[in-house]
Amino acid sequence: MSREHVPASFPSPQPSPASGGGSKRPPLAGEGLGERVSCMTGLWTLFYKEILRFWKVSLQTILSPVVTTLLYLLIFSHVLEAHIQVYPGVGYAAFLIPGLVMMAMLQNAFSNSASSLIQSKMGGSIVFILLPPLAYWEFFSAYVAASVVRGAAVGLGVWLSGYWFAPHAIVHPGWMLAFALAGCAALGALGIVSALWAENYDQLAAVQNFVIMPLTFLSGVFYSIHSLPPFWQGVSHLNPFFYMIDGFRYGFFGVSDISPWISLSIVSGAFLALSLATLWLLKSGYKLRS
Amino acid sequence: MSPAIQVQQVHKRFANLHALRGVDMAVEQGEFFALLGPNGAGKTTLINILAGLSRATSGNCAVMGHDVVADYRETRRSLGVVPQELVYDAFFTVREMLRFQSGYFGLKHNDAWIDELLHNLGLEDRANTYTRTLSGGMKRRVLVAQALVHRPPVIVLDEPTAGVDVELRQSLWSFIKRLNRDGHTIMLTTHYLEEAETLCSRVAMLKQGEIVALDTTRNLLGAHATTEVRLKLAPPRLPEGLRAMLVGEEDGCFRLALHRYGELEAVLAALRMAGVEVMDMEVSKPDLEDVFLQIMEAA
Repeated sequence: MSREHVPASFPSPQPSPASGGGSKRPPLAGEGLGERVSCMTGLWTLFYKEILRFWKVSLQTILSPVVTTLLYLLIFSHVLEAHIQVYPGVGYAAFLIPGLVMMAMLQNAFSNSASSLIQSKMGGSIVFILLPPLAYWEFFSAYVAASVVRGAAVGLGVWLSGYWFAPHAIVHPGWMLAFALAGCAALGALGIVSALWAENYDQLAAVQNFVIMPLTFLSGVFYSIHSLPPFWQGVSHLNPFFYMIDGFRYGFFGVSDISPWISLSIVSGAFLALSLATLWLLKSGYKLRS
Repeated sequence: MSPAIQVQQVHKRFANLHALRGVDMAVEQGEFFALLGPNGAGKTTLINILAGLSRATSGNCAVMGHDVVADYRETRRSLGVVPQELVYDAFFTVREMLRFQSGYFGLKHNDAWIDELLHNLGLEDRANTYTRTLSGGMKRRVLVAQALVHRPPVIVLDEPTAGVDVELRQSLWSFIKRLNRDGHTIMLTTHYLEEAETLCSRVAMLKQGEIVALDTTRNLLGAHATTEVRLKLAPPRLPEGLRAMLVGEEDGCFRLALHRYGELEAVLAALRMAGVEVMDMEVSKPDLEDVFLQIMEAA
């Protein structure tokens, strides 16, 4: 997309008949604008702005995570393909793909809301969304929805290239989509909370590197937790990311460590709890409106 | 008709600072109003409370009759704020920013007005430029345009001319004056008191979170400052009748205070009568800066 990209909902600029004249009286708010004011426009615009923000730097926000994830796939599958078969009839490379897709989606969904928010907080441009009449739930919905789109874009990129590398079937696409959506939305909300809390880039990087990264890596992306000693199996069950990956993988193979119903309940519960917490923080103006 | 801005008993306490101490004021619709005060007086805090960027610890604020907390959507539609900091979003061009800003206010097709704003602020040929690449003065213009995309009836400018060159300052003020003539209420803060004096019909002065003066510019000038005339006389002797007006004497010059300009006539007549010749004369008119300093010292 070019830098001059114009949102579809906005018509091309027309030269104003009043340009150049100094005498036209600008109508005051409420005069003649009523019919043009739409309650969904604010939310839609913020969502669109968030999409455009990551799209303008898509080399960094989409292509680079896709390439990194593919490197994991190439290296691990090359080294381990001959040694490991987690599920009967499923090659290691094919086993790895859903886990890597989900891991990339979750990390990027988190990154999207978190880095957008911390950048506008640190740079001060957050006032542009604090001054308009946007409700806290519109703020929340726009950021979470944009995180889901970013996660999905990265996930699609990883999956397509993974499919080319190791073709496989998707047994339950509905389950796959449900876990993708719930997982990305939960991480989008977590990104908002983290960026609200963080007072500088360093603190946010700490959340990303010491919480999000280990939890996604240790969630069964590279292995079935049944291969772990009992203690670490127990620990894995406390990691919500495990249920996201396990359920997502069920969508691909129809096989999982845990029933997908239980996993989906836990992932949806996590999303709901994170959403309520985020909405509450946004409503209270936590670290946004002093 | 409800006031454009109404502030009632507003207090704001931060962890160890009582930033606003019971501020009461109202700005009527159509006024050009100045909020003055030294750094740290609470001007920006008050603006932030009006804009919903900050919350008052106690007290009420309303914009065009809408409570800033309960009716925040209406308040924000009625208010355009030009922030003091030169902030920008590095990802977008000027036109993209103005379109987003319109969208946030619920306006879908606002390009005609955006073009008019760009024209009036001299930004036409920068519309597709990334804001981050613009000079400070240009960034300031973009902030003004962003504050006006939704044609707010009340416009608040927090030090809009800080660090801005003379040309932009003049074009900015002529545009703001036009908006005021068209019916927009303007409230500004500035450290350039001559700007406030020429533009604003009413002035509030804040000091350490309290309003220490709130009156028309004319009344403040009349009540707090006097015209002074500095006379060099030959022989250097002030007639007895003028002694009462003397406020200072240095380098052989006498400084007399005049309450009205017309008193100068009487002074010159008295000098003629006494046979004293005027070698040099300098009249200094009071300005808002004198008033400001007097009030700040007294308060």
